Amino acid sequence: MTAASSPSVQNGTPAVFTENLSRHYQMGQALIRAVDGISIQVGAGEFVALLGTSGSGKSSLLNLIAGLDRPTGGSVAVQGKDLSKLSRDELAKYRLQTVGMVFQSFNLIPSMTLRENVELPMRFAEVERSQRAELARQALDRVGLTARLAHRPSELSGGEQQRASLARALINRPKLLLADEPTGNLDSNTGAEIMKIIREFNESLKMTIVLVTHERSLADQYAQRMIFLADGKLVGDQTNVPANSGRVGGDRA
Amino acid sequence: MKTYDLSELAVRNLRESFLRNSLTTVGIAVGVASLVAMLALGIGLQQLASRRLQRSGLFDTVLVTSRRDLRGFNRDEENNGLSPAESPVLDEAARLKIEQLADVAEAFPDIRFITDLQFEGKPHLTMVAGMPFSARNSDAVEGMQGSFFSSETAPEMILQKTFAAQLLGRKSRPGVEDPPVAELAKPLLGKELVMRYAERTTQPTTSAGNVAGASHGKETLPGKQTPPPGKSDEVQEASYSVVSHLLSLKIVGVADLDPDTMRGGGQARVFLPLKLAESLHVVQPTDMRDTTRALDGTTTYSRLSVRIKSPKNVQVIEDAIKKMGFNTFSIVDATRGMRQFFAVLDLFLGIFGSLALAVASIGIVNTLVMAILERRREIGIMKAIGASDTDVKKLFFAEAGVMGLFGGVAGVALGWAIGRVINIGANIYLRRQHFPPERIWSTPWWLVVGAIVFAGIVSLISGLYPAARAARLDPVQALRYE
Repeated sequence: MTAASSPSVQNGTPAVFTENLSRHYQMGQALIRAVDGISIQVGAGEFVALLGTSGSGKSSLLNLIAGLDRPTGGSVAVQGKDLSKLSRDELAKYRLQTVGMVFQSFNLIPSMTLRENVELPMRFAEVERSQRAELARQALDRVGLTARLAHRPSELSGGEQQRASLARALINRPKLLLADEPTGNLDSNTGAEIMKIIREFNESLKMTIVLVTHERSLADQYAQRMIFLADGKLVGDQTNVPANSGRVGGDRA
Repeated sequence: MKTYDLSELAVRNLRESFLRNSLTTVGIAVGVASLVAMLALGIGLQQLASRRLQRSGLFDTVLVTSRRDLRGFNRDEENNGLSPAESPVLDEAARLKIEQLADVAEAFPDIRFITDLQFEGKPHLTMVAGMPFSARNSDAVEGMQGSFFSSETAPEMILQKTFAAQLLGRKSRPGVEDPPVAELAKPLLGKELVMRYAERTTQPTTSAGNVAGASHGKETLPGKQTPPPGKSDEVQEASYSVVSHLLSLKIVGVADLDPDTMRGGGQARVFLPLKLAESLHVVQPTDMRDTTRALDGTTTYSRLSVRIKSPKNVQVIEDAIKKMGFNTFSIVDATRGMRQFFAVLDLFLGIFGSLALAVASIGIVNTLVMAILERRREIGIMKAIGASDTDVKKLFFAEAGVMGLFGGVAGVALGWAIGRVINIGANIYLRRQHFPPERIWSTPWWLVVGAIVFAGIVSLISGLYPAARAARLDPVQALRYE
């Protein structure tokens, strides 16, 4: 994939569409404008990086797109669905079926084995027991963890845990992957491995990726587009030609 | 989420904090155990009481009295039934009518009188009653030594064992076991007793010299001031004389009858064949009333015992007899009060038993609220990957339910064991006091099922608040990097 995928913003329904999106918090006397009037569009199949310093509002924006939080102003639509109009249950269903999430701190459930962790979203989706085991195995296979099915997260390295959480994010075949500093807790080599898996998802599964990071280099290397945030506001939006999707530069940053 | 997944997740979550959840479950078990033990005691006592009542022989008998007589057996009847003046007389015609009701085995008069019995020259005063010949085949004479009456009119008697002991000059002392019936019967069987009784003769004597006549005169005196004295105010049919008689009777049996049983005839300690007792025309308390009411000379009964073929029809027959205008009394009436008493007792025992369960349910709330605090992040993760509020709520609910279920099962077992142990202890005590062993604790299956279900419901109610709290948790807050 090259810059050619960038104009896909114009093709059909955008994967993510926000209009004057705001999320304000009241903290005592002060009003915190975590997200302040952001209007962006992300096309289907795009790989977008949200860049900014800590406190710039990039994670808050991601949470709004993920349907974990509700805006205080403006609107956010994913795959043509206006999230602010969804009920709590519909929002849960949306998180279950439409988006997959990975976090900086992996967020696997420590008391469950990898297989059980990966199966968990399928339990909520009421997938038959017999299918679940096989699907979980396939997903873990895809991220190279077949041998670790019965291990608990605490027995694995950070990279392995993040791969498992990618397998979990993948399990319900979402259209949109939201990654919140997925390499933040990993060394650069392991981080590169994770990013390659994410890029692979983007390329072969045609998943739309929204990556939150504060590392410009990471964005440079993998994202097709970079959106810059500061103090909750949009301060820049530019297309990028990522390094070749091959194995070049995996150890950069 | 599917029920199976839900319970599997609930159980695995409970296993994660095994000690804390076990302690909570033990708390529920203790609560359920106290509830089960208390109710088992209440039920056991109730069954004990009904067993005693069954033994009284009343279970297939309806006692019938006329409303014209003394007050009935229950107030309700007295207030709502026919007025005494309108109610029928309990006479032979009424007896036959009752006997013809479907399912009535027999209706026999209840004849009893207190009189003097001479044994070896010494007088003994006691209550004598007629025993129907049909009693031969019933449990009324169970455990009797000797034999039943040889015929319906044989001059024979059966003694109740305490009277037998009295004749032999034995006194029962507390703490000392009564001598066995056989031991009492041996020196008495075949011996003769002389009974003195007052016969009511049907031919009235005109002389006013006897006791009944005097009484009669006394009764009528205030009302009869104005009319001139003479034969004109004397109602021939209602007059009678009383003649004292002696009758020699042979002791044929000594029975282990409970003197309080109804069939035994309420406190009677000597029994004659009913037909014989009837033929003696012993003066009955109701005779006096007949004279004042001036009945036409037909025999009336103070009380009838109606024996019913199948005990389950007691209420039906009782109602039918009531409709005829008589007072009735049966086990249904006797147990009504008892049932009421035990309903109240069970209620109180249940409340006390439930207190421990209430405390245990607070334990569940505490445990689950703690679990929410510990598992904040986990709840956040589940929500982030697509768990709905309902899923989270159900999960905590299921955890409460599983604890309740395990606690309930363990509690029932524990409560049952407590009941058994105390019952064994109580029986050791009873045996020392020379009482027969009894089952004081009873755990029917419905109590077992009910207690487990109740524990489950209480646990689920306890889980309501924690579950709602967990469901409301904001995932963004819960996932905020620590």
